[in-house]
Amino acid sequence: MTAPGFNRRSFLRTSAAAAGGLLIGFRLPERQALAADTPAASSKLNAFVHVGADDIVTLSIHKAEMGQGTVTSLSMLLAEELECDWKKIRTEFPGVDPAYGGFQGVVGSQSIRSSYNSLRQAGAAAREMLVAAAAQKWGVEKTACRAEKSTVINTATNAKLTYGSLADAAAKLPAPTGVSLKAPADFKIVGKSMKRLDTPGKVDGSTTFGIDVRLPNMLYAVLQRCPVFGGTVTGFDDTKTKAIPGVKKVVKISNGVAVIADSTWAAMEGRRVLTVQFDEGKVAAFSTPGITQSFSDATQPAAPVALPGAVKTLDAVYQTPYLAHAPMEPLNCTAWVRGDAAEVWASTQMQSSARQIAAQKSGLPAASVQVHSQYMGGGFGRRGGVDYIGEAVEIAKSVDVPVKLTWSREDDMQHDTYRPASLCRFAGGLDADGWPIALKASIACPSFAGANTSTEGVRDLAYTIPNFNTEYHDVNPGIPVSYWRSVGYSQNCFFAESFLDEMAHAGGKDPVELRRKLLTKNPRLLAALELAAGKAGWGKPLPAGWGRGVSVANNIGSNTVQIAEVSVEKGKVKVHRVVCAVDCGAVVNPAGVAQQIESGICFGLSAALKGGVTIKNGRVEQTNFHQYDVVRIDEMPKVEVHIVPSQAASGGIGEASTPGIAPAVCNAIFAATGKRIRQLPIRPEDLA
Amino acid sequence: MAAVKFTLNGQPQTVDAVPAMPLLWVLRDTLGMTGTKFGCGMSLCGACTVHIDGQPQRSCVTPISAVAGRKVTTIEGLSPDRSHPIQLAWIEEDVPQCGYCQSGQIMTAAALLAKTSNPTDADIDEAMRNNICRCGTYEDIRRAMHRAAELKRAGGAR
Repeated sequence: MTAPGFNRRSFLRTSAAAAGGLLIGFRLPERQALAADTPAASSKLNAFVHVGADDIVTLSIHKAEMGQGTVTSLSMLLAEELECDWKKIRTEFPGVDPAYGGFQGVVGSQSIRSSYNSLRQAGAAAREMLVAAAAQKWGVEKTACRAEKSTVINTATNAKLTYGSLADAAAKLPAPTGVSLKAPADFKIVGKSMKRLDTPGKVDGSTTFGIDVRLPNMLYAVLQRCPVFGGTVTGFDDTKTKAIPGVKKVVKISNGVAVIADSTWAAMEGRRVLTVQFDEGKVAAFSTPGITQSFSDATQPAAPVALPGAVKTLDAVYQTPYLAHAPMEPLNCTAWVRGDAAEVWASTQMQSSARQIAAQKSGLPAASVQVHSQYMGGGFGRRGGVDYIGEAVEIAKSVDVPVKLTWSREDDMQHDTYRPASLCRFAGGLDADGWPIALKASIACPSFAGANTSTEGVRDLAYTIPNFNTEYHDVNPGIPVSYWRSVGYSQNCFFAESFLDEMAHAGGKDPVELRRKLLTKNPRLLAALELAAGKAGWGKPLPAGWGRGVSVANNIGSNTVQIAEVSVEKGKVKVHRVVCAVDCGAVVNPAGVAQQIESGICFGLSAALKGGVTIKNGRVEQTNFHQYDVVRIDEMPKVEVHIVPSQAASGGIGEASTPGIAPAVCNAIFAATGKRIRQLPIRPEDLA
Repeated sequence: MAAVKFTLNGQPQTVDAVPAMPLLWVLRDTLGMTGTKFGCGMSLCGACTVHIDGQPQRSCVTPISAVAGRKVTTIEGLSPDRSHPIQLAWIEEDVPQCGYCQSGQIMTAAALLAKTSNPTDADIDEAMRNNICRCGTYEDIRRAMHRAAELKRAGGAR
């Protein structure tokens, strides 16, 4: 296959980069040992590929790594076409550069989908340059050479030249204008389960996350924000703060008062004794009971809901709370603002936006701002926001050295941009045979990206149901809301898949049988349903007190069906086993897919069993993990992942399994106990 | 400020610090050893776990004054070359995702393996349930824990 649309300008100009070959020009001082791993002289073949004289290939990962496996899967795409030795790969996160397509960030489980062809083209182009360099050296045609495992082989003489010995010459050649890509049948790496490239540094403490960045003369900061969203600082008293050893400076910025010190601890101690007065603003009027009531009021139908053709009707109201992301690495950013330039070091899902906010807050042009992307200790959507980067830059403007702003866990829980709380009112109708004939959904929740995002998972149901419609009411009390792993699907799939289960039981239908009937026009989901049902042993007996529940999800271009097995004892749910069938199209790294399915299930299960942020007088009541608990090792079910073989276009995977776990578990609870869960997190009183 | 002497990863160490300053921040900010992670500051998540005289402890709530004269081991000192059976097993099973909690998971797991050469699932639950992982690597941790026990038995005590 050829790629005629290949655009030369999408690559950085090729050049024989002699200066250490580093894409990140700045090396952290305590990471000299790592720097030694990087070839002393390496040649840049294009924006993504550097080859060192010692055969080490350095791949630029223009996306970001938050655990979802991007460093590995994107490297696989590059290495597949580059024909390089997998054992000789290093990876780097480059800065923001137009060569990477104009937007650099990881959102919507898009990394593989948006890079699948472009990275293969980059790998293939670099390979072609190495082959051309070898052909020149041997004085033969390029067609007389082939590349294999970081060497170019002269097919006539069997002579070999290593990539390292060819890199310098290759870098001086023009980038090829059209490159051939492999047929999937010829893949040696893509489609195979590969070990993660980032594992070694994560078992010995050497991986640098954003919070681990250290720079000469750097200071440390924490920020006191108004506990009520949208409140403003009216005054402060820093007398006691300045008496704390190590505190250097107290400075007011746009959304709070920062304490700058010679250690994070000193800054925290300084903040502990800081007094700040706030104008709490309008959001102080809102608390969770009133917010929930306003959602309920908004969805009250003015007239009885029409359900054409219905012989039997049912209705129900579902609700979900605000949720925090709580990534394990608290938010942080190191910023250094000088007269004519600024640099930020951050674990961010949004390098492009990070540069933009840093430019805005520093008053410098974007071209004068460098973003040094770091490994993220989790993101889940939270690090798609750049508020913490803006804060760090504002604080850094007040000193002439780098400053690292660290959020405490309390800051993180109380100043998140939350998954919106939501309420959904359903009315359903069944025909004379008990099959769904009408479904009306009315959703109320605050929106942040429009009605589509707020209703996805209900509005776009994969089922064929006549007389189906969804209405949406944007009710926004002003609590900051944003993307949370799987976004609208995270609550709407719970609503829809639970109510569908109610309709199945009301019509006397088996929940899998019902879905099978409604999915006849969706062969991929139907196949995933059959696979999951078979693997789970749907219909086979379970121990007394156990139940099975099924859910279907269709988000980020992928199809998942989950079947959960649960038992309920003394008001406590135990999820024993989850079988997940996934059709995400062509798979790059099956091991990565399995990891992400399991990960997404754990994330969604925490929300189903435990997660809930409540508001009192405009502030969040939860402060830390004792009040915002998550699933622990002894609560994690066995997860069995079954991938449907497919060469369809790749879907996303990082968010695929989060929506389906709550309804699968709640439907299983109904099967086990006859109790219908209509509100998350599951409360003991709902099981009694 | 007071000078505190202790043993850090087998080497004598002296730091000048406010006595109440948690070991976590001494390690990270004063000594530049960033392998030990800040997660909650309240002994709730386990990300900051280190060994003090061989016992797993939360460094975020351990004042530096409390480690005077004691032996502290951090993730950087668990082995010189990722050769501790827990690290070998973690690599074999490809446990980490984001990896942020893993220093704490590994230090807690290493302490369990030191006292229980063949931990059961119940032992693992008991030892590891206070270490939070938001990526959901728990079953990989369990598998790696059993694998580490095998490696330890095969390779002798460590």
